[in-house]
Amino acid sequence: MATAPRFWRENPSRYNLVGFKCNNCGNHYFPPRIICPLCRRKSVGKIEPVRLKGTGTIFSFTEVHEGMDEQNMQRPYIVAMVELDEGARITGQVIDCDARDLSIGTEVRATLRKLSEEGSSGVIHYGYKFIPLCNGPAASENE
Amino acid sequence: MNGVGIVSYGAYVPHFRITPDDIGKVWGVDGKAMGKGLMISSKSVPAPDEDTITISVEAARNMMKRCDINPKDIGALYVGSESHPYAVKPTGTIVAEAIEAAPDLTVADLEFACKAGTAALQTCMGLVGAGMVKYAVAVGADTSQGAPGDALEYSASAGGAAFLIGKEKVIATIDNTYSYTTDTPDFWRREGKLFPRHGGRFTGEPAYFKHVVSGGMGLFEKTGTEPKDYEYAVFHQPNGKFPTRVARQLGFAEDQMRTGLLVPTIGNTYSGAVPLGLAAILDEAKPGDRIFAVAYGSGAGSDAFDIRVTDEMARFGRDLAPTMTEIMANPKYLDYATYAKYKGKIVKGRD
Repeated sequence: MATAPRFWRENPSRYNLVGFKCNNCGNHYFPPRIICPLCRRKSVGKIEPVRLKGTGTIFSFTEVHEGMDEQNMQRPYIVAMVELDEGARITGQVIDCDARDLSIGTEVRATLRKLSEEGSSGVIHYGYKFIPLCNGPAASENE
Repeated sequence: MNGVGIVSYGAYVPHFRITPDDIGKVWGVDGKAMGKGLMISSKSVPAPDEDTITISVEAARNMMKRCDINPKDIGALYVGSESHPYAVKPTGTIVAEAIEAAPDLTVADLEFACKAGTAALQTCMGLVGAGMVKYAVAVGADTSQGAPGDALEYSASAGGAAFLIGKEKVIATIDNTYSYTTDTPDFWRREGKLFPRHGGRFTGEPAYFKHVVSGGMGLFEKTGTEPKDYEYAVFHQPNGKFPTRVARQLGFAEDQMRTGLLVPTIGNTYSGAVPLGLAAILDEAKPGDRIFAVAYGSGAGSDAFDIRVTDEMARFGRDLAPTMTEIMANPKYLDYATYAKYKGKIVKGRD
């Protein structure tokens, strides 16, 4: 099955939010890329992998009622664009809360959860999801 | 033991709870009375996307947050659990990657029913004490299983704690440990089976009480101490009444064990039970305080520890990660149907 190595290649980003900083413009991005989408060839040789802290605010969010099979156990589930403290925007599921608990600007932190399973005998994929800080202790962001 | 001790610690308990009353309603049992008998008012429930790996990672990250050591200095990492998500493929490799300790370290998963976390602690003490590694991590975590309608369903919960063991900047030295082990079939889960089975009342006197008391008495003898030498005591807590009774048998007063007794609000976290109780104690312990801890694992055995809080605790970044009180605050209560779905107790049409 091809998905196990495909996910495995992305583990540093999925587990620890490794993105990059363009040392030409100073912006942070996620996921990692070879060149800066803004500076393009001017960024060649100036791309630095950076571990993002995992704290940020909700830029926008939606409640999904008809989504992926993997998320049926949590339906309806919430997906948000999160603007991380470093400035990078990242899309992820927001968990352990209801949509009414959230608004644009709600502070969240990243945590590691199961993303999907390849059936009951296949590989389990883990990665980042977000929890609203108002839901629990603020101090345990991704570190 | 050669100055070996706890350098940092972290804990985690899932956000969701269910009450014995709600479980009892489904099975025609007086859940309130069951909860009162077990001294459990609610138990933690893992979300569908949580397992022993995610709980271990959260606890280990909280542990790393409280100290400033380089994760690459961690030479060993052990995760003790009886609910590792894979039968073959380690929990510990994912935890090691998630705290950026990989690849220069040794990792393994341990299992000894509810005391695998303290078995990991002892293994780490040995490796650090022998000078084989600078730092080692011991995690005790579980998403324990109770068959629908079984007595275990009222207590089996989820949570875990992680401890960084080393010789420098030690906040609590582990001065002694003693284990007591016999072949006692009080509780087991066969390979491939979803739920454990147990011997009912047989899990009491010949199992829990015999091993915890023997472990405790053995540690008293080895250290030449008695209950009044300790400010805190924590015991494995499958329910509230067992540790309360065993504490009395060993000569401890109620106020010595109050801080470490978490089972009334979060249930039996199995391999996480004594580690979480110890974390709650470390959240408030002062330099000079002495802690008596006895974990129990069915099958059966006990691990007893004599722990002393050092002056380093005054400089320790306890507030850099959530305390047990903060972790357990503001839970969300589930009804039985949602709980059954979250725990995978509902057979779905397709996989």
